[in-house]
Amino acid sequence: MKIDIILCGVGGMGALSSAAIISKAALDMGWYMKQAETHGMSQRGGDVQSHLRISDKPIASDLIPEGECDIILSVEPMEALRYLPFLSKDGWVITNENPFINIPNYPEKEAIIAEINKLPHSIVFDADTIAKEVHNPKGTNMVVLGAASKYLGIDIEKLEDAVRSNFGRKGEAIVNANIDALRAGRAVADKM
Amino acid sequence: MLGDEAIAQAAIDAGLSGVFAYPGTPSTEITEFIQDSKMAKELGIRSEWCANEKTAMEAALGMSYAGKRALFCCKHVGINVAADCFVNSAITGANGGLIYLAADDPSMHSSQNEQDSRFYADFAFIPCLEPSNQQEAYDMVHYGYELSEKFHLPVMMRVTTRMAHSRAGVARRAEVTKQNALKMPENKMQYILLPAVARRQYNELLAKQPELVKESENSGYNKYIDGPNKKLGIIACGISYNYLMENYRDSECPYPVVKVSQYPMPEAMINRLYEECEEVLVLEEGQPLYERLLRGMLNKGKAIKGRLDGTLPRVGELSPNLVGKALGLEVKEGLPVPSLVAPRPPKLCDGCPHVDSYTALNEAMKSFPGGRVFSDIGCYTLGALPPFQAIYSTVDMGASITMAKGASEADLLPSVAVIGDSTFTHSGMTGLLDCCVDNANVTVIILDNGITGMTGSQKSSATGRIESICTGLGVDPAHIRVINPLKKYFEENVAIMKEEIAYKGVSVIIPRRECIVALNKRLKAAKKAQ
Repeated sequence: MKIDIILCGVGGMGALSSAAIISKAALDMGWYMKQAETHGMSQRGGDVQSHLRISDKPIASDLIPEGECDIILSVEPMEALRYLPFLSKDGWVITNENPFINIPNYPEKEAIIAEINKLPHSIVFDADTIAKEVHNPKGTNMVVLGAASKYLGIDIEKLEDAVRSNFGRKGEAIVNANIDALRAGRAVADKM
Repeated sequence: MLGDEAIAQAAIDAGLSGVFAYPGTPSTEITEFIQDSKMAKELGIRSEWCANEKTAMEAALGMSYAGKRALFCCKHVGINVAADCFVNSAITGANGGLIYLAADDPSMHSSQNEQDSRFYADFAFIPCLEPSNQQEAYDMVHYGYELSEKFHLPVMMRVTTRMAHSRAGVARRAEVTKQNALKMPENKMQYILLPAVARRQYNELLAKQPELVKESENSGYNKYIDGPNKKLGIIACGISYNYLMENYRDSECPYPVVKVSQYPMPEAMINRLYEECEEVLVLEEGQPLYERLLRGMLNKGKAIKGRLDGTLPRVGELSPNLVGKALGLEVKEGLPVPSLVAPRPPKLCDGCPHVDSYTALNEAMKSFPGGRVFSDIGCYTLGALPPFQAIYSTVDMGASITMAKGASEADLLPSVAVIGDSTFTHSGMTGLLDCCVDNANVTVIILDNGITGMTGSQKSSATGRIESICTGLGVDPAHIRVINPLKKYFEENVAIMKEEIAYKGVSVIIPRRECIVALNKRLKAAKKAQ
């Protein structure tokens, strides 16, 4: 079992903390993981991405080979499209549908959604609203992660444990808010 | 753990007494990890930031002189700054274990060039370690200190972006090595590089080389992995080994491979590969250093393939697919990026003081149409991009002041320099001294946001000292002007800039306001503490 995931978004949207939760869950299952991040200049409002590879066998490369990524998990729709060269033929794109517009030439939202819908496997949904519904407006990344959990090969309980472990020092309220967001995201995928 | 964190933890576990560094992507997290480590604090490990890479490396050498284990860290271009000490310390040698960590940035994710630090190690005749994964990085730090103390030489450890900024599980050693006790070098002349001493020690350094090659053969970090198909032999350096193995995930690599993670090259292994195989493919993350050496200038032996003959791209990072193609394997390709996807370049944050400084400077420069603004390395380099397009150069740390000086001496007037506070104390001060000595007609704008911003809010050596440094170097106090870069002071700031740019002589303007990221972090921490 091997799953290659690209997590992406814009600096500060929490793409990297989703990566940390999947990694923790994978390590808890006794799996191997490798995760390559981008740091530095890209954090100033630029795009951020992380290559996350989890497997029950040792992993060679830190980078996912092009055309082999199983899941692109994005908190921003245009960013999801940026990494299509990595997506495998049977891969999934799971993304929030709300644009983060900090550039003057941002394309039409409808055109972006139409591009994503051309793909054989995708879930595009309003993760921001769902996050607000569960009273965790900053939890968009957790909602998207919840939706993706169906395709990760990791039980949602394991992800919840990882959330408890990663957010534990921030207190019970934050842990529960993130678990609620995770479950609400999963419910979206289950309904599809 | 991040590769950087694995290196930091390993150094702590290996009996480190001090880390010396100036921040630089992708090396910054090593020093930060040690600064934040409770264990390092309890062990009394020295970890504050240094003014620049030269001061850092020299301090590390001093700690090694006293018999203790020291770590120096920088990004690749930092070695240029410290190169004087780097090369000469190979000749003095080390006493306590000494590791120079260089984090290279092929593909220039966050850098001005993609120089390969292995050239430096080769040039200075010191061993170089290049881990292929996080566990190896952890283990190699321990080995590196032993190697350094065994040969009385500094050891370079070279990582690249994907090693530094990639996470994987790492198993730590159960035992923590105790720090070395104070112990002076046995030879009192060892560190005195008078020509007579330097000549002797240089010969001693060269005499160690065959032993270092033997060490590379036997340490276990270089491996000869035989394969049945002798049509091709592969030399895979550092993390390029991972990209090679990714292509044989579900099978065995059919070709013989020399996995290289320690230099000088294991010559016997390389020789065997060359003798047994028809052609050789060299995989190097960075520049084709050993490919070139193997080809030689005449390239008359067996075919040596790699970046120089077009088998691999001449520039940029390697990847599993690039290596797959070099092996003639069929590699998968994904979909193209849809044309509507727009680039999202980095930009100055909302509320950043540099935004107000550049807005005022652009307005002031309208009165001086022939003038030019020379800039430097930091967040404010983003002033090159729209909407500001305010600057005309960014070359190396500190070059804004000296370039403005030289341009003014070519009668390009006015010549204005824009430099950050941390970059100023890194290597702008000596340039300002030159300006004062020559009474150059320049205006130097020192953007003081109180931290080293670009690399993530590290402490700046300049804080609280800029005016006194400028006065001390010889700037007339009447022409050292501190302004507050806020929208509401726009008119006033433009007027001050115009006045000082018009002044014929050295003037300094200090726009001072805290970095917005640092401010938010500080407020958040204060709220948490309540």
